[in-house]
Amino acid sequence: MKILVPVKRAIDYNVKVRVKSDQSGVDLANTKMAINPFCEIAVEEAVRLREQGIASEIVVVSIGDKACQEQIRTALALGADRGLHIETEQSLESLQVAKLLQKVVEAEQPQLVILGKQSIDSDNNQTGQMLAALCGLPQGTFASKVEISGDKVKVTREVDGGLQTVSLTLPAVVTTDLRLNEPRYASLPNIMKAKRKPLDVKAAADFGVELTSKVKLLKVEAPAQRQGGVKVADVAELVAKLKNEAKVI
Amino acid sequence: MAILVYVEHDNAHLKAENLKLVDAATKMGSELHLLVAGYQCQDVAQQAATLAGVSKVLVADDAAYEHQLAENIGELVTELGRDYSHILAAATTTGKNFMPRVAALLDVAQISDIIKVESADTFVRPIYAGNAIATVQSEDAIKVITVRTSAFDAVEQSGSAVVEAISLSKENSLSAFVGAELTKSERPELTAARVVISGGRGMQNGDNFKLLEGIADKLGAAIGASRAAVDAGFVPNDMQVGQTGKIVAPELYIAVGISGAIQHLAGMKDSKFIVAINKDEEAPIFQIADYGLVGDLFQILPELEASL
Repeated sequence: MKILVPVKRAIDYNVKVRVKSDQSGVDLANTKMAINPFCEIAVEEAVRLREQGIASEIVVVSIGDKACQEQIRTALALGADRGLHIETEQSLESLQVAKLLQKVVEAEQPQLVILGKQSIDSDNNQTGQMLAALCGLPQGTFASKVEISGDKVKVTREVDGGLQTVSLTLPAVVTTDLRLNEPRYASLPNIMKAKRKPLDVKAAADFGVELTSKVKLLKVEAPAQRQGGVKVADVAELVAKLKNEAKVI
Repeated sequence: MAILVYVEHDNAHLKAENLKLVDAATKMGSELHLLVAGYQCQDVAQQAATLAGVSKVLVADDAAYEHQLAENIGELVTELGRDYSHILAAATTTGKNFMPRVAALLDVAQISDIIKVESADTFVRPIYAGNAIATVQSEDAIKVITVRTSAFDAVEQSGSAVVEAISLSKENSLSAFVGAELTKSERPELTAARVVISGGRGMQNGDNFKLLEGIADKLGAAIGASRAAVDAGFVPNDMQVGQTGKIVAPELYIAVGISGAIQHLAGMKDSKFIVAINKDEEAPIFQIADYGLVGDLFQILPELEASL
């Protein structure tokens, strides 16, 4: 089967973000960027499904400016077969991304689409669900286990009270949770090989999708800073402070 | 136009999140209708009708909604939602699961995890793991919103709304519920607890989490964990607090053996008081803790339990 894996270029998860002084956004100039951690897990899952002989082809797609080809190359180095870059300078909302991906799904006809459950920059947690809805497909979100048998996929999902398992008829959309797997590192030979793998570039504007969003970002601010408190010497002092000063116990 | 609020429940009980969800909805300033979708969930509807400020409770009682599959609930809420100006759900795993489907089917954006209502069309939400706060304005005809309930106050249960049954069955053939494995606990729910005590990698193993239990019982606290503790298999993942786990804002948060990575802080830094117990005095958690205690948790925890 063919698996489609959308990946996003996002700020590296270890970077402490800085809000721009004009409140227009977060300063991304000269910051380290990487493949969004949840997307990396999606790529790893697809590669494992191929290693099990279930998947025959893995297509990676990323939407954004030219720089996101780096993340497509990373995914190719991890084991994906070919890449598709949908180029746009605009920063898109989840709905626009989902609509572009819908076109890709229509063209590629994958049996399974695996996405990360959220990107660690916008923290939206929407794209996979929107894509599934637009394509009329079932969804298995926050997956910690994916088992394919015949034309069904059984997805164990991380839900608030524990775990829930659903069975979906393929084709389906799955979004990954952190515990689905531990992504591998790309080896140097694989990184070199990835440079020769095919990577198509298409312009987002050519897909006939309305790319403007009706949500306006008015401002971005730094959160209120917590004042560092005091260190206490022992348990007795801690309990006394909690009782008398904080009055929480 | 009125506001439609999706009620969180387990077919028998109304979850505490709803009280805060209704508070957020009230701030958007129009008539409130609640939707209880489930199976044999009449009790939930009766409980929902008592929430202050609610004028009507719609009940969709059908086997198709028992496990709140996103495909079925998504269709139901989309069809009902066309007549509303706002559709709200809590940013729980249930809300996060079906709401983006609703938004896509209605061809509108979704605004996730709001922490403040500025006006009927302007909302505040954290981005970058809570390290930046965005204010957004939506011009969509229907605003689809999930709410971070820990950022709102519970409304009173003093109302008496009308309960109205709706018969709309949205069954789909592509997805089916197989089973659930829920963690059993006598303690308060993590997201609703007044006090939370969490353990991290410093706990060393799952058995040592018992050291937290005695303290939790004395304080009426819920027990949480860092991702490191969950990944190491000490505790189940539904106990995880952080960007990828649950977001809590209790009155008191006690972090034990947790260093305080960005992703963990995203889930608890809005707690009223934070206590850190850690043997590493350089741990980042001390930079945000109101009270820090440097020392060996294996000595401190029994002592703390004894002194409560």
